[in-house]
Amino acid sequence: MSEVKVIDARNTFCPGPLMELISNMKTASVGDTLELLSTDEGTANDVPEWIAKVGHELISKEKVGEVWHIKVRKAK
Amino acid sequence: MRIVVVGGGTGGTIVANNLARRLAAEIRSRKVRIMMLSDTDRHMYQPGLLYVAFGQMTPDQLYRDQARLLEPDIEFHVDAVTEFHFDRNQIGTESGKTHEYDILIIATGARIVPDEVPGLKEGAEMFFTEASAVRMHKRLLEFEGGTVAMTVSIPHKCPVAPVEAMLMLHDFFKARGIRDQVKLRYHYPVNAVHATPNVAVWAKPEFEKAGIEYETFFNLKEVDAEERVIYSEEGSEVPYDLLVAIPPHRGSETAEKNALGDAGWIPTDRYKLNVEGYDNVYAIGDATNIPVSKTGSAAHYEAEVLAENIASLIKTGTTVREYDGKVFCFIEAGFDRATYNAFDYVNLPELKPPSKANHWFKVAYNQMYWTSVRGLL
Repeated sequence: MSEVKVIDARNTFCPGPLMELISNMKTASVGDTLELLSTDEGTANDVPEWIAKVGHELISKEKVGEVWHIKVRKAK
Repeated sequence: MRIVVVGGGTGGTIVANNLARRLAAEIRSRKVRIMMLSDTDRHMYQPGLLYVAFGQMTPDQLYRDQARLLEPDIEFHVDAVTEFHFDRNQIGTESGKTHEYDILIIATGARIVPDEVPGLKEGAEMFFTEASAVRMHKRLLEFEGGTVAMTVSIPHKCPVAPVEAMLMLHDFFKARGIRDQVKLRYHYPVNAVHATPNVAVWAKPEFEKAGIEYETFFNLKEVDAEERVIYSEEGSEVPYDLLVAIPPHRGSETAEKNALGDAGWIPTDRYKLNVEGYDNVYAIGDATNIPVSKTGSAAHYEAEVLAENIASLIKTGTTVREYDGKVFCFIEAGFDRATYNAFDYVNLPELKPPSKANHWFKVAYNQMYWTSVRGLL
């Protein structure tokens, strides 16, 4: 099983959590799991929407305290 | 105490100059030496490339001799660093020299990698190098009408550049009297016209007012330069007549070759600015993986914090403050209006309506930069 790469995008606005995730997805290999940490409320909707549109896999999404933890797998 | 700064861009130059001034007495008494190693003897004002692409600056206006920007106490050598040995406190250079350091500051910036997207280099105009910005200006002058598409690949330097370029394209074609024959189409990776929410809220009505069409969730996958079509990861395809692209970026080649971080982005503590795992190695500016804008402004504020901390460590044994994510960027809203974007890790930017005064301030800053990079402003 691939190692989970954590992307800490807590308290960032520019370029922002989804941009950080997309950038990291580009350099990841197919099958890799990435976990995005975000304090931005919009991320909870934006990430699943993009993942569905582009065809990657959403593994989990949960809020721990003020932080969203969103796990995705690169599918292609 | 030997301090070595690798890279003579905005961050490297400001941190070296600030250190030289703060540690002037220690340098005079030979307790401290500061050395800068760079791969070039020239310093480029990179934000000026956008103006070159629109014929508002010429390339020669973007350069100064690096040595003349530095405090006299800084030993400056044009000798690119090719090897990093953090465990031995040593670096190796292109000329074959090895340098020891007590404190190392890496400010090696970012580089464009258009080859990452098939067809991009062949099919697109860009403004991230001198040659491409000059070429883009010629192409804009020759353009007689049709669809001008912009694509944004990430990560990239200067997050507001795509918005600025679109609004400048609008004014450029308006000034040429052919705006009604040009369709402007903007394509952006996330589901808004900018990743920073308040910038998007500001830019969307500006685009609508200028008649700029946009498609969001568009991550460029491929360019068919012959058929003039762009394809997105999300499945969209769009024909174009002239393509202006923000190319993807990576960290410096030397950072990538030395495996300092994924895609050359150096893992760096976002507050203390030390390279992860090392107390005497720091990274600033575009070179880092810190989730903040890759801009000269971020590099500037990081450099100030780092210089204060290193000088204080040498003088008193303690640091004085952390980098709080501060960034300040002007945003051109065309040829004669601008606003600005100021934020940090916890405070979102609040954009004001664009004004002529802010535009002229930006034009003035294009010259004031040379004072700023000397660490005087």
